[in-house]
Amino acid sequence: MSARILSYISKRILYFVPTLLGLIALTFLISRVIPADPAALVAGEMATPEQIAAIRQQYGFDKPLYVQLGFYLKQLVRGDLGKSLYSGRRVIQDLSERFPATLELTLAAMLISILVGIPLGIVSGLRRNSILDHALRGFTVSGLAIASFWLGIMLQLFASMWLGITPLGGRIGVPEPRMITGLYILDSILTFNGTALLSSLRHILLPAVTLSFSSFATITRFTRSGVLDVIQKDFILYERAMGLPPGLVVYKYLLRNAVISTVTQIGLLFGLLLAGAVVIETVFDWPGLGLFAYKSIVLSDYQAILGVTLLAGTVYVAVNLMVDTLLALIDPRKAEV
Amino acid sequence: MDLNRRETLLAVANLTVHFYTERGVVKALEGAELRVGKGEVVGLIGESGCGKTTMARSILRVLPPGGRIVGGEISFAGKDLLALDEKDLNTSVRGKRITLIPQDPFNSFNPVFSVGTQISDIMKWKGEAGGNKELDENKIREMLGKVQIPSPGDQLKKYPHQFSGGQRQRLMIAMALLPSPNLVIADEPTTALDVTVEAQILRLMSELVRGKEISVLFITHDLGVASEVCERMIVMYAGQDMEDGPAEALFSGPRHPYTVELLESLPNPRGNIRDIPGEVPSLIHPPPGCRFNPRCPAATESCSAERPRRIEVEPGHWVRCFHPVGQKT
Amino acid sequence: MSGLRLAWKKFSRDRLAFTGFLIIFCLVLTAIFAGVLSPYPEDTHKIHPASRLKPPSAKYLLGTDNMGRDILSRLLFGARVTLVISIIAVATSLLIGVPLGLIAGYFENWLSEIIMRIADIFLSIPQIILAIFLAQTLGPSIPNVILALSITYWPWFTRIVYAETGTLKKSVFIEATEALGAGRLRMILLHILPNVSSPIIVRSSIGMGYTILTAAVLGFLGVGAQPPTPEWGVTIAESRQFLPEAWWYATFPGLAIFLVVLGFNMLGDGLRDILDPRIRRSFQ
Repeated sequence: MSARILSYISKRILYFVPTLLGLIALTFLISRVIPADPAALVAGEMATPEQIAAIRQQYGFDKPLYVQLGFYLKQLVRGDLGKSLYSGRRVIQDLSERFPATLELTLAAMLISILVGIPLGIVSGLRRNSILDHALRGFTVSGLAIASFWLGIMLQLFASMWLGITPLGGRIGVPEPRMITGLYILDSILTFNGTALLSSLRHILLPAVTLSFSSFATITRFTRSGVLDVIQKDFILYERAMGLPPGLVVYKYLLRNAVISTVTQIGLLFGLLLAGAVVIETVFDWPGLGLFAYKSIVLSDYQAILGVTLLAGTVYVAVNLMVDTLLALIDPRKAEV
Repeated sequence: MDLNRRETLLAVANLTVHFYTERGVVKALEGAELRVGKGEVVGLIGESGCGKTTMARSILRVLPPGGRIVGGEISFAGKDLLALDEKDLNTSVRGKRITLIPQDPFNSFNPVFSVGTQISDIMKWKGEAGGNKELDENKIREMLGKVQIPSPGDQLKKYPHQFSGGQRQRLMIAMALLPSPNLVIADEPTTALDVTVEAQILRLMSELVRGKEISVLFITHDLGVASEVCERMIVMYAGQDMEDGPAEALFSGPRHPYTVELLESLPNPRGNIRDIPGEVPSLIHPPPGCRFNPRCPAATESCSAERPRRIEVEPGHWVRCFHPVGQKT
Repeated sequence: MSGLRLAWKKFSRDRLAFTGFLIIFCLVLTAIFAGVLSPYPEDTHKIHPASRLKPPSAKYLLGTDNMGRDILSRLLFGARVTLVISIIAVATSLLIGVPLGLIAGYFENWLSEIIMRIADIFLSIPQIILAIFLAQTLGPSIPNVILALSITYWPWFTRIVYAETGTLKKSVFIEATEALGAGRLRMILLHILPNVSSPIIVRSSIGMGYTILTAAVLGFLGVGAQPPTPEWGVTIAESRQFLPEAWWYATFPGLAIFLVVLGFNMLGDGLRDILDPRIRRSFQ
């Protein structure tokens, strides 16, 4: 790895830190400064005045703001995100338990969108203005207008309730595979557990497809425009003129250029997927962070929601950092910036 | 040097090319004719949009989507180029016997691959690669030396954006000459460069081509550049060829009214055609007959009735006009 | 004036933009005249338990919900809710984001850095999650939804305006005008703002679509509009327990969302093609 790229990456990491700090500051602002009584929020709707006072004491809400900020930072560094109102357990525990489920769902959705979206986008771009292209474009435009939770409900209605071919919800219908990574599909494969594998796949199908829908539409669109962009570029003309066979031109050169434009989108899409997970998990009863967030909303479990927000933000920033690094590796121009 | 007696390498006859766009059919070339002899450096000059680049792309048959060769013949070294299929074109013609030096050396390199990769890819597919990696690398290095790129070994690993414009064009020249082609099509090779670099590149090109039997079709809109390198020049206007003759004869005694106007409207005798006033006709609804007739001071009815044929007004000097200009004294 | 007419001609010729425009136009009309168009306008607050969960028929074109209310009427009033939320939210984001972007883009100093960093921080959390967090903090209600949406969307405007202003600043005519001694405020308002208006317009239209979807999600999750408000997301949430029998209950609100967001997206895409033809659009 050249020095140039290394310096670019370290610059990006340097940028990452203040953003993270800013994220923490933002959540602090929203959770401690904006509410009239942060203690009441944390204590929950059912709390008695005594309980609220106790919370105020315990969390130090009566102290001046800068002291509170200090506490907040200290807690975060220790990984203490407070206690969940309803489970009584530490939020960080609840989060880490549910994290693999959301990770699995998000990865599956991302995989689907990429594996389906990129080839479709390329074909669409190469056969511009053909019937296939128009159909795909109509499809993707619609895809961006559909509310994902509604799509999920419709699919549930259709496939699970009417046709009965997919389960209504949940992550698995048989005993879980032995835990290695926490990702059921991977674990089933690693432990040669056929029934678990099958059940996990059946359960993840609908949620993953629903979740992938909007990002798949975006990837297809961007890949297509990337292809169109590249195809008109002078270097394609030059390569053709110098007799490079079209197969080579397409697969080696076009593909790489087009993929680069897609990779730039992946960071953004990941954010969409994270956000979408909240809703999809709710619809399909998928025991991940999203469902956790929803339940916390219903129960007004404030600490839990704060925890989810922080986690989501951190993961999102981290993913963007990784995407930037990846880009620097495959697109030599990026590292110059 | 008897320009007439050179054996013909490339002969384009009656070429008509249309572009099908949303706004209508663009008749980019109509009945265009062109001849390049072996070892000859021919300039193709005209205003923007006159069809020079379309001509180049048609010869190589790399028209953009929507473009189609509607009629005419293109023969190269005795072979009918229009009859060849893509596979044959790729293996025996493009990048091998006819090479291209493109207009914009920056955009003609693929930005995400190293320069070395791109050069050797082109070499590989031309069958120039003998399979011996070292031999090929030596060949490439030698050529890079000829185009005055220092320490070629290190340079090959670099990416296009790390080179200057002049260097990139040298690389392009190297790639164009590596396969030992019969014909090099240079499409405005110095337009994207600044003046000082331009002079170097032109000199380099002349030197490299001299003495070898390499023909050059030099497309440009800069008469100064053309006069420096070209032995013969063809003047195009709105998709039609107008005049074709030895460079000196064209400059001292232009016979086509368009060429006359071209030369007169320049601030200096070796100027840049980009600065000519007046409107180029629409290529979607072009004027009938000779497309210059609406602007031509010498035009008569016959000029819009049909297109004039080529007449030889003096040895080696041809004009398409019913009323060619008389000898200037 | 003829510039406007030319733009209109171009606009009506672009099928994409025009169709989008028609859809939105109908939406606005529906929202305004919901009271007149609804067969059962009282169903926004009255309940008729006797006619609960009836399938679509001549009497109830889209069926009834679990309180016997006519779904069509409630959808039409829901259009009003949706539009109000989205317009105010996008307008507020615009009013926050555009000036910030102009300042950041024009004065390239420490202030710009701060502004853009703050924008980045807001963008570091996926919008829905931030909106949920805010809405929970403030308490679920329509005004709080609007606030939450505005606070999470303004960075998009700032980013675009910042980029455009930055480019514009380097253009020749700006330098010339500056050399003539034009005051800074005048510079920004009279010269730069008109030129960044097209990306702003495009982004507003797309932003409307996006905001409508997010507002529906918030309604669905229960952090936004509350029952008995006939908001589309809320309606879909209500319908879940009555599936699969009462399929109409969930289907039609979703279709409404789809249609409206599609309209805004088409309008936005079409506007982009018209207003920004210089940027070669490969979406064609």
